[in-house]
Formats: sequence, structure tokens, C-alpha cells
Amino acid sequence: MTGAMPLSVDLLALFAHFLLLSLLAIGGAITVAPDMHRVLVGEMGLLSDVQFNASIAIAQASPGPNVLFVAVMGYQAAGLPGAAAMLAGIMLPSTTLALAAARWSHARRDWRAVRAFKAGMAPIVIALMFATGWILSAETPGWRHMLLTVVAAVLVWRTRLHLLVMITVGAIVGGLGWV
Amino acid sequence: MTDDTHPLARPSSEKELFVAFTLLALQGFGGVLAVAQRVLCEQKRWLTKEQFVEILAFGQVLPGPNVCNVALMVGDRFFGWRGAFAALAGMMTVPLVIVLAITAAYSQYASNPVVAGALKGMGAVAAGLIVGTALKLISALRANPMGTPACTVLLVSAFVAVAFLRWPLVWVLLGLGTVACLLAWRRLRADTAAAAEGG
Repeated sequence: MTGAMPLSVDLLALFAHFLLLSLLAIGGAITVAPDMHRVLVGEMGLLSDVQFNASIAIAQASPGPNVLFVAVMGYQAAGLPGAAAMLAGIMLPSTTLALAAARWSHARRDWRAVRAFKAGMAPIVIALMFATGWILSAETPGWRHMLLTVVAAVLVWRTRLHLLVMITVGAIVGGLGWV
Repeated sequence: MTDDTHPLARPSSEKELFVAFTLLALQGFGGVLAVAQRVLCEQKRWLTKEQFVEILAFGQVLPGPNVCNVALMVGDRFFGWRGAFAALAGMMTVPLVIVLAITAAYSQYASNPVVAGALKGMGAVAAGLIVGTALKLISALRANPMGTPACTVLLVSAFVAVAFLRWPLVWVLLGLGTVACLLAWRRLRADTAAAAEGG
């Protein structure tokens, strides 16, 4: 969709910048999206505003982890090499750290500090999931949209209905213009 | 710890991890967390709800995509770094190919009202999936050493701070997270003293 790829994209600079962003991305890659916008749309001029927003929307509508929006941006900015450089940059530091932290804490799982961390964080982790749902839902106003969200929440909570069935129904209802 | 009576299972190989995480990721539209909870705790029975929340706590506090961190830690738990790599690769590879293909096709369909409406409907359901999963995980707090009243206050405060006050996540984790961990630390004092003598 970019037509001619920019030839002069400094992939190494992109990779390096995303290595840094990876370590700042507490709460997921989407939390550093404002800084990605500053660099990709502002400083380097690789993406338009529309392309930037579309990248996030495409990744959310596709299956898989939301972090893939970084690959979509990279692809639109500099083709497959851009996607590879930016995705590798955003993933390498955080995955290395996560693995090290998991091992460190598992080896010390009987320590009071580790147990206190897990117990203390549990209600906050669950609250963050509620907040994510709330924010996603509040982005689009309208009672029918809200009703669809509430029905899906109750079905997930109380039934074993397949999640893909719910997503499909959502797509059909939305495609018919009822939401 | 677990509130279920059936014993936990475990994956038989790295390949099973890779396949399970691929299938799990492919069901995750608008976020993988809801599917991950259902597959890992209910279908595969590799983790209890409590273990899932614990792993998610690390995934939330550490930088990086939460669900990718969860995949890594689950894989590592069963097969070390090979398992971690298999789970993460499963989570990323096929979805990456799909999302790039959709990107290539997107410009032709972006303005189509049916496509736009379908995306809106899927977004509403995706928000519901994460709320429903959170409702389900509340039962994992029953055994929490902080007790139900403290857990309720912390949960509501964190929700209000993020959803209504729109505080940056870092401040919620540092502020409320520290308070919560200190409280849990105090409540665990008796247990730990006993465990230290025993060990």
C-alpha cells in the first residue's frame, strides 16, 4: 500500500529506537505508541497519520497479539525489512527480561517478597483487565455498542460458548449496521 | 491453591506448545488474553486460575507485550528456554503472516461500510471478552492472603485510576502496586516465619 518503498530508510536507527522503546513499554507496546508516532510520523516522516492509525486498527482486527501493529507500521514504512527491524527491536529486550525475571522469581517462589508481589498484584492485574475493556468500549459511544459488549462479557463469564462464535456474531451484527 | 478438583495436565512436547499457542493466537481477535485464559486454564488445564493471574502479574509489571510475556513464561515453565521459544514463536508466526497479508489488502476495503461496521462489532465483542475474563478471574482472589475487603478496595481503586482518571499505568503499578505488595507482605509474615523454621 506504500507503492514505492522509501529507499533511504535507516533500518538500524529504527531497530535501535525500538530496542529502547521495548524497555519502556510497561503495559504493552501500545503504551509507547505516542513516541512511535513522534518518530515515525514526525521526525522521520515515514508514515502519514492515517497510516499510523490504520496500523493499530488492522492489528486489532486481526488474530494474534496486538504488538503486531508494530510490524504493520514497519511494513508500511519500509516493507518487509522495516517490519522485521521494528518487530525484532520491540521484542528482543522485553522477552529477554521476561525470561530472566520468570526464572529468578521461580527459583525464589517461596520467598516472602516474591509471594507478596504475586498476592499484592493479583487484584490490580484483574482491575487492569476491567479497565482495558472499559476503555475499548468507551472509545465508541452508543447504547447498542455497549449492549453488545455487556452480552459478550456475560457469555464469557457464565457460558462455555466458543469465543470465535461471539466474534463472528459481532462482525455480522456490525456488518449489518446494527452497532 | 486451585479451586478445581481435576489435576493439572502438562504439554507433552515443545511442538504441542507451539501448536497450542498458534491456535490460541488465531482465535484472539482484538486481544489474546481472554482466549489464553480459556485455553490454558479450562481446555488444556496447564495452569490454575491463580497461576494464570500470577504469571499475568509479571507480564503486566515487566515491559513488553503482556500476552507474549505470558507465552514465554508458560513455555519456560514446562520446557525451559526451548519451550519459551516454541510458545512465543507459536503466538507470533502465523498471525504475523496474516496481519501483513491483511495490510496489503486493507487499502481496497478500508472505506467499505460493511467492513467498517464489522470491525466495529468485533471491537465491541473484544471489549466484552476481556471484561468477562476479568469477572471469571475474580474467584482467583478468594485465597488471597490480603483478604476480600482489601482486594476489593485495591481492585476498585486501580480500575478507577486507569479507566476514569486515566493515570499512566506506571504510576498505578508503582503507587497502588507498592501499597498492595506491602500489605500482602505484612499478612504473609506469620506464614513465612513458620515456613522458614520448617525449611
